[in-house]
Formats: sequence, C-alpha cells, structure tokens
Amino acid sequence: MTNAQSPAKEAAPGVMAQAVKEGLFAGILAFGMFLLYVGIETYQNIDNALVWRTRWGLLAIFVAVSAIGRFLVVGFFKPRIDRRKLAKAKAGIPEVSDDKGFFHRNFLKIAMLALVLYPPVVVSLYGVQGSLKFVDNFGIQILIYVMLAWGLNVVVGLAGLLDLGYVAFYAVGAYSYALLSQTFGLSFWVLLPMAGILAAFWGIILGFPVLRLRGDYLAIVTLAFGEIIRLVLMNWTEVTGGTAGISGIAKASIFGIWSFDVGASNNFARSFGLPMSSAYYKIFLFYVILALCLITAYVTIKLRSMPIGRAWEALREDEIACRSLGIDTVKTKLTAFAIGAMFGGFAGSFFAARQGFVSPESFVFLESAVILAIVVLGGMGSLTGIAVAAIVMVGGTELLREMEFLKHVFGEDFTPELYRMLLFGLAMVAVMLFKPRGFVGSRQPTAFLKERKSVSGSFTKEGHG
Amino acid sequence: MTSGNTTMTRDTILKVEHLSMRFGGLMAINDLSLEARRGEITALIGPNGAGKTTVFNCITGFYKPTMGMITMNRRNGEQHLLERLSDFEITKKAKVARTFQNIRLFSGLTVLENLLVAQHNKLMKASGYTVMGLLGIGSYKREAEGSIELARQWLEKADLIDRADDPAGDLPYGAQRRLEIARAMCTGPELLCLDEPAAGLNPKESLALNTLLNSIRDETGTSILLIEHDMSVVMEISDHVVVLEYGQKISDGTPDHVKNDPKVIAAYLGVDDDELEEVMHEELDGGSL
Repeated sequence: MTNAQSPAKEAAPGVMAQAVKEGLFAGILAFGMFLLYVGIETYQNIDNALVWRTRWGLLAIFVAVSAIGRFLVVGFFKPRIDRRKLAKAKAGIPEVSDDKGFFHRNFLKIAMLALVLYPPVVVSLYGVQGSLKFVDNFGIQILIYVMLAWGLNVVVGLAGLLDLGYVAFYAVGAYSYALLSQTFGLSFWVLLPMAGILAAFWGIILGFPVLRLRGDYLAIVTLAFGEIIRLVLMNWTEVTGGTAGISGIAKASIFGIWSFDVGASNNFARSFGLPMSSAYYKIFLFYVILALCLITAYVTIKLRSMPIGRAWEALREDEIACRSLGIDTVKTKLTAFAIGAMFGGFAGSFFAARQGFVSPESFVFLESAVILAIVVLGGMGSLTGIAVAAIVMVGGTELLREMEFLKHVFGEDFTPELYRMLLFGLAMVAVMLFKPRGFVGSRQPTAFLKERKSVSGSFTKEGHG
Repeated sequence: MTSGNTTMTRDTILKVEHLSMRFGGLMAINDLSLEARRGEITALIGPNGAGKTTVFNCITGFYKPTMGMITMNRRNGEQHLLERLSDFEITKKAKVARTFQNIRLFSGLTVLENLLVAQHNKLMKASGYTVMGLLGIGSYKREAEGSIELARQWLEKADLIDRADDPAGDLPYGAQRRLEIARAMCTGPELLCLDEPAAGLNPKESLALNTLLNSIRDETGTSILLIEHDMSVVMEISDHVVVLEYGQKISDGTPDHVKNDPKVIAAYLGVDDDELEEVMHEELDGGSL
C-alpha cells in the first residue's frame, strides 16, 4: 500500500495543476454554452412585446458548478479510483468474481415471493383504499409493460427482427376484447385467449408481406403498419367509435363466480361482507397480470430450448447460414412474429378489462418506442434484464408523478411527469455508455455438454431483420 | 450428353448441364457442364474470378441460374432439379449442405448449439412442430438427446469436444472452419459443398482438414464438392478435378491429368502471346471436332 501511495503523492502537484487547468477550461466552456441559454431570458411584457432580462446569478452558479466539479473529478476522484485499481491489480484480485451472493443465487425465488406478497403488504400498510395507487399504478402498470416487453423480446431480442409497430397487436387485443364483449357478451376468460389468437392472426397477416424485408426497411414498414392499425381504429367510426373510443367495457370476473360489478348480486365485496371498494378489483387484476406474465416467461423459456427457439436465435445471428442449414426462414420469422403478437394481444385484452375504456390514443407510436426501449435497455433476449428495465422505466415515470416536493424547488407550475421522456433519454444514454448490451448483456445457452457457461454479449448479434 | 437422365448411372450424384449465369452484362458462367460422382471428392479449381463460387451458389440455390439444369441423385433414388428448389429446400429435401468462403457461424451460440440448429428439421418433426414438444408428448425428448449425441460425435471428429460449451465466435480461425464443416454434416447431407475450406489455415491445420474430409468420405459415404486454392489439399485428397476459367471448363479429370494439362498451366501461370494463340487454336479445333 505504501508503495502504491508514494508515487501518487509525488505526482500530486502535477495532478493539481492539471485539475486547475481542466477546471478553468470547463468553466469557460460552461460560460460559452450557457451564456445565451441561462444568462439571458426572454419573456413577454404586458404589451405582448418580447423583451429580455439577464440572470447573471444563475449563470454564475452553472459556471461554478462545472468548474468546481471538473476540478474535483480530475484532482481527487480520478487519482483515488486509479490508486484503488492499482492496489487491486497488485493484490491479484480479479475484477469479476465468480461466486455469487445469496441474493444473486435465489433471485428468482425472492422476486416471486415479493410479487405474490406485494398486494397484502401494501393493503396492511396503507389500508384497502390507500393500496389502490400502489397496486394499480406501480403494480399493474409495470407488469403490463413487463409482459409487452417480454412479448416484443421474442421478436426483437430472440429473432432479431426490429418491429417498431408492436403496439398494433396490443391494440388488436384491446379492441377484440372491447368489441366482442360488448357485441356478444362473452366473458373475459373466453375472450382472453381469443384476443391472443386474433392478435397472432394479425401478426401473421402483417408479417407475411413484410418479412421479406430486412433491417431498416422492416423497421419502417412495421412502423407504418402500427400507424395504419391506429388510423383504422380512429376512422372506422361505426365499429370502433372513432377517437371517442369504446367505454363501459365489462370487467373481468373471478371465473364467473364473483363479479366486480357494483350492482351484481354476486359482487365480491358484498359476498364477503367487505366495504365497497374498487381496490379488490385491482388486487385481483394484479394477480391476473402476474399470472399472464409468468405464462409469458414460461413459454418463452420453454420455446428457447426447443428447435424453433434455437432457430430464432440462429436467425438473429446469421440468416444466410440458417437457410444453408435447411431452415425455412420465412416460416421461422412468421412464428416469432405471431408468438410476439399473441402476447401483445393478451396484454391488450387485459388492458381493456382494466381500464374499462379503450381509444386509439392509448396505441400511439410512443408506446411502441417505450416498449422497444425497455427491451433494449434490459438486454435483448434476457427476461430478467427486461423486467428490471420495465420496473425502472415505468416505475420511474410513475414515481415522477409523486414528486410533489419538486414544485417547491422549481415553482408551482412545474409538472414533473412532463419530464419523463427527458429522463427516459438520460437513462438510455447512461445505460448505453456503461452497459452497451443492456442490464443483462450475456446470454444463457440452451444446451450444454459439460457446464453451462453464459455467452458474453460481445459475441451475440442484434440481427439485421 | 443429350441422353441425360436415362443413362445417368447411379454413380453420378450431381450433374450440372449447360449451366449459365449472367449478372447484367457479365457472363459469370458460360455453358458449364460437370459431374460429381458418389463417394468421391470432386474439386473445383481455377484462378480468381473464374466463377467457382457462382457455380456453388447456383448449386445450393443462393442464385437462380440464367440457364441450365442441375440434377441431384439421392441415394434412395429420388431425383431433384436443384435450379427449381429454393435454397433451404435444397438442404432439406435434396440433402446438399454447404459452407461459406467467409465463415458464417452463429457466433453468439455455443459450439454445441450451432450443431443443434443444424438438426432443426429433424427436431421440428419430432417435436410435432413445437406443439407436441411444448406439451411434453411424443418422441421429442428422445430425439433431442439423440441430436446431442450426434453433435458430440461430430465434435469429436472435428476435435472440438473441449470447446463444446464456448461461444462459436470465441474459437480460433481453424477451429471455426472445422466447426462449419461439422455443422454442415449435422444436416445429414449426401453431398457436401465446401467453399475454400483451407483458406487461411496453416500447414498443420490443412493436414487436419485433409484427415477430416477423408474420414467424412470414407466413414459416412458423403460425396464432397470443394472449391480450393490450396493445391496441397486439392492434389492430396481429390479424386476428380474440374478446372474453370472465365466461367468455362478448361479441364476435367484426375489430379494428375489436370496437373499436366497445358491449358491449366497456361491459365494459372500465364503464357506468351504466341503460345496463347497455339492454345486458342487447339481449343477451336477441339470445338469444331
């Protein structure tokens, strides 16, 4: 240790000079950058004329923060990190250790237990009515995105087909449930599989002409298809209700035994003599979407170790090699598209039952982009990574709504949730910088002879359509 | 030539007749006819740009030939016209497998997984096109174990058994070449088409490749068609050599015969102008006869 420190101390004056220089430079750079953005503010006066005023104080803070920040980073943090790395290298401790902690080894079990116990814990902490927000906004909302992202993962992460119109299948699922339940009075449990099948059917219909395209071309055409479905929903007013959407969609019931309709004789709360609350329905829905997510994960994991799943991954790696091995790439792509669409359809019909209302506004391109961002951030192909990404991204935006205290900092008219896209962008930049392959970049092989070694992300490919 | 299919002996596995391939104004292959015999190693050689890889791409369906007929005779007596099949059907139905000049492995999959992907069609059938396998009905489990066993055999033959669980992209170059051949063999082909399998190999690796190819021919009875520049490989292992230049066949025969053919020597080493004229005349005479 003494050895390691003495040269660092000798070099200290040089480091300090460097730090001062870089700090000054950062200050000048910040001054140049923020002079017009921060130093000068324009506003309209009472005559609606555009006038400007200066904010030198704020500009000084910006410049000081960058200068001092850079000085500290170069002068103190970097040498410390370097010393630590050097000491570690001298001690012969490898950077990556293989032994995993208890939490790491039992991650799946702990996560499952936490999810199952989540509603009762929240109810006991905040009361039945108070739990609504946590179960609905943080529980169901996140799990819907987990399911959608896992569905899209089959298409993008495994088969390597860039699909920018995934939300179309979500919409097909939602509208099939809304329309079929209103027209034919069928129950949620009948329509759930039907919505999935219909979405898969549409996946095949859209996929058939599209899948001969590759890469960027495929992405653009799927984007167009997503928009077409939304525009049809918006303009086919007689059937879909146009922009007004469809409201009053029937709620799901507990397999027809208990209902959540307020007027029904077999109302859940009434049957058990509980006070009336919409929270029971949400808690029930939480378990439904949890079950749907688990089915999605189970099917995906199973399919990965089947020939079709391996063919998907091979397709992502090299399509021409696939064809030279006798694999019908069109059929393989279509199955990936259909399976992904089917999960989207399940999620869509669940969404309709939860909201009781669907309109084309819920199925804009931004939704596709968010789902795709979750898949990419999580690490293409990794279910755990994607679930974590969904929790961070969707939970993060929900959390922004809760940040009332920010109003005291930034003023009364500050609405934090408007900044969610900005944060999304920041998070993506950060993840791409530090973990270019997403949270979980490695891939687990589906078969092994001696031992299962995970494949580093640097070997896997993203696919070219 | 015209009597074609009827007189074709059971010994001919692949027959290419009057094959032409035109890319715009470029005639890459011009009226090429050749035969590959069952259980033999046939080599296709020629200077750079002679159209060897184009012939391969026509045989394996990656290009649709402008003209000509390519007939594959399977061991069970089935005949397939390859120019009418699409690329994946050629491997699936006509049992022709290929490798690529620039190696095309699934680099993010492990070595073992690469060999399992090659057995896709067999496993798909066994898993009842996924449905039965997903429900755990039928013979999928047994078949899956069988496919791992087959993969293990090929890994042992290609001397890759120690690297079975590593990603294919992590292998050294020579091992990647061997893996690509093993993967093609896992599709159960009757004709194996190798596009420059020895390119970039050192002499030791070349030697190992020779052994592997000989053992494929002798132990599985698979016929091999290969493109190669490395003459030590070609002359050592091939039973029959076809020489191409400018999309046309200039020589055809045993390695010894080809080695001493003046036209081949001219094509490879170049000749003086007057000598060339001589060769041209010879050719013209041959054509008019």
